[in-house]
Amino acid sequence: MTIQNSYRAQPSPDGHFGQFGGRYVAETLMPLILDLEREYRAAQADPAFQTELDWLLKHYVGRPSPLYYAERFTEAVRADAPDGMGAKVYLKRDELNHTGAHKINNCIGQILLAKRMGKTRIIAETGAGQHGVATATVAARFGLPCTIYMGARDTVRQQPNVFRMKLLGAEIVPVTAGAQTLKDAMNEALRDWVANVDDTFYIIGTAAGPHPYPELVRDFQSVIGREAREQIMEAEGRLPDLLVAAIGGGSNAIGLFHPFLDDADVKMVGIEAAGHGLDTVEHAASLAGGEPGVLHGNRTYLLQDADGQITEGHSISAGLDYPGIGPEHSWLHETGRVQYESCTDKDALDAFQFLCRTEGIIPALEPAHALSAVVRHARTMPRDQIIIANLCGRGDKDIFTVADALGVKL
Amino acid sequence: MTRLATTFAACAAQNRAALVCFVTGGDPAPAATPAILDALVAAGADVIELGMPFTDPMADGPAIQLANLRALGSGTTTAALFEIVRDFRTRHPDVPLVMMGYANPMVRRGPDWFADRCRDVGVDGVICVDIPPEEDAALGIPLRAAGIDLVRLATPTTDAVRLPQVLANASGFLYYVSVAGITGKQQAASASIDAAVARLKAATDLPVAVGFGVRTPEQAAAIARTADGVVVGSAIVETIAAAYAAGQDPAAAIMAYVGGLSAAVRSARQDAPK
Repeated sequence: MTIQNSYRAQPSPDGHFGQFGGRYVAETLMPLILDLEREYRAAQADPAFQTELDWLLKHYVGRPSPLYYAERFTEAVRADAPDGMGAKVYLKRDELNHTGAHKINNCIGQILLAKRMGKTRIIAETGAGQHGVATATVAARFGLPCTIYMGARDTVRQQPNVFRMKLLGAEIVPVTAGAQTLKDAMNEALRDWVANVDDTFYIIGTAAGPHPYPELVRDFQSVIGREAREQIMEAEGRLPDLLVAAIGGGSNAIGLFHPFLDDADVKMVGIEAAGHGLDTVEHAASLAGGEPGVLHGNRTYLLQDADGQITEGHSISAGLDYPGIGPEHSWLHETGRVQYESCTDKDALDAFQFLCRTEGIIPALEPAHALSAVVRHARTMPRDQIIIANLCGRGDKDIFTVADALGVKL
Repeated sequence: MTRLATTFAACAAQNRAALVCFVTGGDPAPAATPAILDALVAAGADVIELGMPFTDPMADGPAIQLANLRALGSGTTTAALFEIVRDFRTRHPDVPLVMMGYANPMVRRGPDWFADRCRDVGVDGVICVDIPPEEDAALGIPLRAAGIDLVRLATPTTDAVRLPQVLANASGFLYYVSVAGITGKQQAASASIDAAVARLKAATDLPVAVGFGVRTPEQAAAIARTADGVVVGSAIVETIAAAYAAGQDPAAAIMAYVGGLSAAVRSARQDAPK
């Protein structure tokens, strides 16, 4: 018998994806994350857990999300492509979920774990506010008090989401430390957690942090890829040629990619935020512009200086504005299984408007980065090939940012 | 014997705890640190903990967060810190110095590079907040090869099952973090500290030093009755910051404040209720 090599067997039992991942946390937190891992293993083996998760995903979140053939988008790409070129573009419509993004898939899973562990208080970090809203939503649904840490600068940039979280009953703590954005919010959430170890569950929003978070966030988000696989088989009778997703921490991308990793004929491209360009310091592309290091509980690619001080990311999209990336992406990058490219603020804005006008869908700025790459790749692929892009969030939250970038006064 | 072992043994021979003093290296500027370290020694510090500033000090409270920002803002580099240690070692050949900080600045150029530099400039031990025993390979192996003590942390959440894992490969001393929380905030009840110290001392021959939230001479004395060392950090950092803010000489402020701590630690067991 031969043992098939698999890209889907990570992490190792001690939480490593090759040289990445791990459990780089203060000793005070170590027993907690070991408890969380035990509880997650128990939940995985418990059919009642999966049943409750599935029920909530269907009736509360609204899954499965459609896999939509974007015909006018495809035609518009073909109009500009060489003869015979212009792959068929499908969109995985996770922006139609309750709360408007993929983030809720993970929050539902984690709050069920919190409940199993008898925790009575929820904390989370948020950048753009999508994960904060999703966390406040599930906390309200399960009747648990919830504190959301958000960089003070982001609370100004994302006022509608701040109000949304307050409506849902969450306490918002603006973080004034450091650059007052997502990484500082994560530092402050970790400080809260270490001081409230007995009663508090930390719902991390992306596939990063200490083991087992990258694994369990990936697993909860993999519903995206599992559905897409079934849906494309039904629509086309075959697997896609290319998957495309945007990457901040990388939870929507790993959710789409993971169920396809062992299908050698399915190519995958993750899109980092190039901000003002990779040749400037104003970007958030940790793989393209960073090097391996240790932050927020895991070893992964980070934007940092020669002394290991973390540098600030920049992206027009607050959700991609993080100087790190989930450790599994670092591993997939080094193994070469997934290609990682980038997209500038300007190209994302163009793709944002292109989708609005061709399909009547206003995307979030995060997936607009992926859509820009979809256009680029579709032009070079024959018409009978298939691309699936993850439309991981809707753009309502971004209209002020986009208006500002386009010089429109609201 | 290493400098750390010699110092703890000498304190024990005097029937007293060691006073371990933390400051952030380069706060407010690298040029200020040598005089601050000299003042700590003159005021009675037995062991120096030199904090390596980091952009993301997630286990620290506001006082040390601000110190990190000041240090980085004034251009404190890893190279500057090692120069500070090298010069300190020349001036104070017998005073142990431990580098304390976060993983990323320590492993940035590779753990071997860091361990070798520590040995070359005369660092005695390293405390890394976010490398637990589970990730020992990330730094512990090269440190041991270079003869540098790896000081491990035990906390109120470290139970009896886990403690042996924390103690395996620990050396220098054991640092008991007396509260589940961040630096500089609250102080644990002294009864719970006494119980924890007794539990730890039953499990290891290493000296046990207690820190987090220690601020007054009375608190330091209460810990010094049972523990082998008392660690004070945020309160010293605040004292130095306040002196600068008031336009005063930080050395004088250190002499007054740390001198008080030192006197309390030295007399703690004489005053102890029988």
